[in-house]
Amino acid sequence: MKVALTTSGETLEAPLDPRFGRAPRFLVFDTDTTAFEIVDNRAGLEAAQGAGVQAAETLARLGVRGLVTGHCGPKALRVLVRAGIEVYNTDASTVAEALTAYREGRLCAAEPV
Amino acid sequence: MILGVASGKGGTGKTTVAVSLARVLGSAVQLLDCDVEEPNDRLFLDGRLREAQVVTVPVPRVDEVACDGCGECGRFCRFHAIVAVDGPPLVFPELCHGCGGCIRVCPRGALHETPRRIGVVEVLDAGPVTLVEGRLDVGAALVPPLVRAVKAHRAGDRPAILDAPPGRSCAVIETLRGADAVVLVTEPTPFGLNDLAQALAVARELGLSCGVVVNRVGIGDDRVQAFCRENAVPVLAELPDDRRIAEAGSRGEPLVDALPEYRGVFRSILEGATRLAEKGSGSW
Amino acid sequence: MVRELVVLSGKGGTGKTSLAASFAVLARHRVVADCDVDAADLHLVLAPRLRERHEFRSGDLAVIRPDVCTACGDCLALCRFDAIRKGADGHAEAGFRVDPLACEGCGVCARFCPVGAVELRERVCGEWMVSETRCGPLVHARLAIGSGSSGKLVSTVRQAARQLAEAHGDALVIVDGPPGIGCPAIAALTGASRLLAVAEPTVSGEHDLDRLLVLARHFDVPVSVCVNKWDVNPGMTERIERRAGRAGAGVVGRVRQDPAVSRAQVRGRAIVETGAAAADDVRRLWDRLRSRLEEPGRGQTDRREREGPTDGPWQPAVEGH
Repeated sequence: MKVALTTSGETLEAPLDPRFGRAPRFLVFDTDTTAFEIVDNRAGLEAAQGAGVQAAETLARLGVRGLVTGHCGPKALRVLVRAGIEVYNTDASTVAEALTAYREGRLCAAEPV
Repeated sequence: MILGVASGKGGTGKTTVAVSLARVLGSAVQLLDCDVEEPNDRLFLDGRLREAQVVTVPVPRVDEVACDGCGECGRFCRFHAIVAVDGPPLVFPELCHGCGGCIRVCPRGALHETPRRIGVVEVLDAGPVTLVEGRLDVGAALVPPLVRAVKAHRAGDRPAILDAPPGRSCAVIETLRGADAVVLVTEPTPFGLNDLAQALAVARELGLSCGVVVNRVGIGDDRVQAFCRENAVPVLAELPDDRRIAEAGSRGEPLVDALPEYRGVFRSILEGATRLAEKGSGSW
Repeated sequence: MVRELVVLSGKGGTGKTSLAASFAVLARHRVVADCDVDAADLHLVLAPRLRERHEFRSGDLAVIRPDVCTACGDCLALCRFDAIRKGADGHAEAGFRVDPLACEGCGVCARFCPVGAVELRERVCGEWMVSETRCGPLVHARLAIGSGSSGKLVSTVRQAARQLAEAHGDALVIVDGPPGIGCPAIAALTGASRLLAVAEPTVSGEHDLDRLLVLARHFDVPVSVCVNKWDVNPGMTERIERRAGRAGAGVVGRVRQDPAVSRAQVRGRAIVETGAAAADDVRRLWDRLRSRLEEPGRGQTDRREREGPTDGPWQPAVEGH
């Protein structure tokens, strides 16, 4: 399955961006193949308002089942929950650290609204 | 007569001018405070509240029983205010512009309009001046419908002064649309001149006759006056950089009340604006 | 992580741009963003040399094709924004046309025109630029009249500034914001590390600051407040500082009214590039603000600011709170 992590970089060593709506990109990691791809969060970055909503729509379209980030606003959370995407919050500083914590089951799921 | 008071740059003295113009007019006049994000006219007029109206925009509400999750609404909406990812759509009222499109495209009639509050319009009586104030709810982003609601209160039987927001956004355009003439208030500085040029372009795009009031003459240079000459815009008045004016404004006292010697200046602004209005070609 | 300082005021004309220009001069490692896209003035002090220019496309504009239009009037009945006008030349028989200054690009007329006479076209409604200045990179923009996309252009400018700042080793982004508390101000504020609210000591200034503080709380951005031209009304200045304190905003300084500010502007200089008295006020203000910026904890109002020493008269202290 695919899990998305918010980042400003392009590799597993890149920093984990704590914001969801305005994160520059998503690192979408496939836990079955361990391959990953980088997806731009253009929609979220350019939105004047509702950046999180647009970012969430992007993830829904990608068929992602999980999201790991610092925090995510209430509007975005509504869309993610509706799309069946599990949201996990962490203060890990890199994508690799966050991904490891996720795969080891050490992360808490965000409370749905 | 409908007279707009606008500026490119903020803080040049629109409210100061609009309020004093209303005060010297003497007879019944309406002052419409269209700066709905930060309305200030009320702070200068001792008004009694006569009427209050909550202003809403129509946003969609989902009938989850009737909805079959087709997602047509989400595909139509250009503002991401209704999002269909799985099952019944989610509505984000803050992002909705109230166009009504999603309601119409829904093949099941599963969307209904429900009002969402964006602000209020209040009418206050302050002697011969009737103040109509629009006030946006903090956090509401949609401004033009509230400006339209303020202007809907305009009575045709007396002159109206429209206090516009600063800049040249859609809120300014909504305010000035339909005015007979516009007074552009500026200051003699590079920022003032730059923003005046832009505001003038907007007013001309709207087909409005303009006059300029230069406030705080002496703080900068005279490029603003030269610009007005070169662009055939009449300077209706110049106000000096008089600290007493700033102090009266800081206390919330109308300029012409605190310093009656300035009444003549405002009367001549009115005369100049009236001449512009008579000459004016009207607008949209 | 890039930090973003946004300068707003609610009320126009309090001195945002003048202060932002001075901060740009004083800061070591920064990228400057002029987000007052409706009335951009920062370039008049920073004298930018253009490096990049980008088209800004946002929203759509409905366009009615006169050769297809049958003047049925359905669009007029459906448009919620009063954007449909009679007549290609003022005559109803000649069909209808769209007022580009009123059209919000919702797409309703295009969708429901019975003869498909309405096209929705993406608007090029401005441009944004990246320039070099004596104070580092400047991201700024020019917005076409009446596009209604100010907010989106503000976001675009901020985003470009953040990317530049990241590339320059996490520089500070200094944002000169728009007036008001509507869509452009919200777009400038969301997700910022800190808001500097610039107030003036007047009834209007106090009223407008209150509304801005509510907005900042709504978007969970920590706030610092300063009063500009404080000596025009010292009593009102103290009132505003007390109110700010009660609202959880820290007071970082006062700047006096000084005719040298406008004179500097005429010469294309920031006030801190002169020897004026107000320049010292701004330098002190910047020192205090900078120390607030270096603290962690974006996303909640700093408890120290809520409890800070703002009930007594403001002290021009050298150390922090």
